[in-house]
Amino acid sequence: MDNTVIKIQDAVVSYREDVALQGVSLQVRKGEFIGIVGPNGAGKTTLLTVINGLGKLVHGQAWVLGSRLNGRNSISLRKRIGYVAQVERIDPRLPINVRETVMVGCYGRLGLFRRPTQVQRETVDEVLEMVGISHLSQRPIGHLSGGEYQRAAIARALVQQPEIFLLDEPTASIDQKAQREILSLIQLIHREYHTTTLFVTHDLRMLPSVCQRLILMKDGKIWQQGSPESMLREEVLSQLYGAPVSVPTEIAPFQT
Amino acid sequence: MDLSILQYHFMQNAILAGLLGGITCSLVGVFVVTMHLSFIGVCIAHAAFAGALLGLWLGFNPLIGALLFSLASAAIIGPVADRGELNPDTSIGIIFSLMLGLAFLFMGLMHGARTEALNLFWGSILTVTQQDIIFLAATTGVIVGLVVVFYKEIQAVICHREVALAVGIPATVIFYGLLFSTGVTITASLQSIGGLLIYCLILNPAAAAYQLTYSLKKMLLIAAAFGVISCWAGLVASYLLDIPSGASIVITSAIIFGLATAFSPKRKVKGWQQIPLAG
Repeated sequence: MDNTVIKIQDAVVSYREDVALQGVSLQVRKGEFIGIVGPNGAGKTTLLTVINGLGKLVHGQAWVLGSRLNGRNSISLRKRIGYVAQVERIDPRLPINVRETVMVGCYGRLGLFRRPTQVQRETVDEVLEMVGISHLSQRPIGHLSGGEYQRAAIARALVQQPEIFLLDEPTASIDQKAQREILSLIQLIHREYHTTTLFVTHDLRMLPSVCQRLILMKDGKIWQQGSPESMLREEVLSQLYGAPVSVPTEIAPFQT
Repeated sequence: MDLSILQYHFMQNAILAGLLGGITCSLVGVFVVTMHLSFIGVCIAHAAFAGALLGLWLGFNPLIGALLFSLASAAIIGPVADRGELNPDTSIGIIFSLMLGLAFLFMGLMHGARTEALNLFWGSILTVTQQDIIFLAATTGVIVGLVVVFYKEIQAVICHREVALAVGIPATVIFYGLLFSTGVTITASLQSIGGLLIYCLILNPAAAAYQLTYSLKKMLLIAAAFGVISCWAGLVASYLLDIPSGASIVITSAIIFGLATAFSPKRKVKGWQQIPLAG
């Protein structure tokens, strides 16, 4: 039985004269946890935007959750895909609190003209509890630390009940303790829900141990891919980054 | 204070226009202030003004010209701000200066007295007609209705536009809807507040409310209250001091903003964070 949830064929994406993706092909099976690694400008984020329909293909095709992306169906597909970007600067005066921000996650599936019911409110409470920020639920979103903000972003994505989880450098720009906690949370979620997950990072120390396949990207192309053990070798990584790179002695351990 | 002035029909119309204009301008002001799009709003306001002057010059209803120009400018500004081919400040600045240039061109091409054109500059809440009130009431009804019906989508888009897009909310449609609402509101209020002053009534009450609360619902209510208070207090000041009503309304709204900023609890963010949180 074919359990492919993402299939990309010969994808080309360009931003004006810059080609961000050059003929990328990729297939992802249901429940896989894939790490995507590469230097800045390698096309990692662009690859994720192709999957959630925000990146426009100038060539090639993409199938996500059984549907071919055609521009018209991307909004409905995005409702089924959780996306967490890296920490962004938020106006501390923004009139929205953590609970309302997390609730936004269910608005896509809920659709227009429908208000959240007790079911959605209970789901938000459960998810806030799971990611460990229920005590911050009434706090304005702009008052959170980087680590707390990422927990809220992950909670928002979980409320979507996603079939695919896209994580775009979720541990960038936050302190080491918070990085460890976010990685543990991501691993816990994968073990709990087995959601197909694509995890982008340029920091090799930030690769979760649940990662089953590692894709190395460079210059808009998939340069190599394989098991983390086969990819995390000094000569491979040094070639990828164009500079001597030491292999991290351990990838992030699973913590509960 | 002699309240016999309230018996006059023109004053009743002015009070009604202040209520409706105050509510509508402040509500769209909340969108503009929260999305940090103040300059876009200024640009749409001047486009409406230029369109109204075109109407006056060519002899058709200035409100139709204002509506067409404000909607067209919103339709141009949206993609310009989004695509980032030029710095948004630069591109919106160019459209803004073009609109101002067109406004002066149309005014220069007019023959005879330009009283009506100058009224559009400063507005005259004391001379609004029944037709203006009906248009304003319809606009207020539509804007309030849209805010109620699409509250959750509006909240998502104005606070987290990228996130709204990523979770499958039609964020682009909502964003353009908000820009067009701004255009329609400006058009509806043009006659009473005036092309140059309208934008202050959009910005000031919402900016004042932004200083006072972290709840969007409360912000909408406070902004609407501030908008109405600005209009009514401005009217009273205009009557008592014999000064132009548009100017007194805008100055009142600016004073409210100053007071809100001075007493804003958000100025004490560190203190707020020290308060033990429930839950």
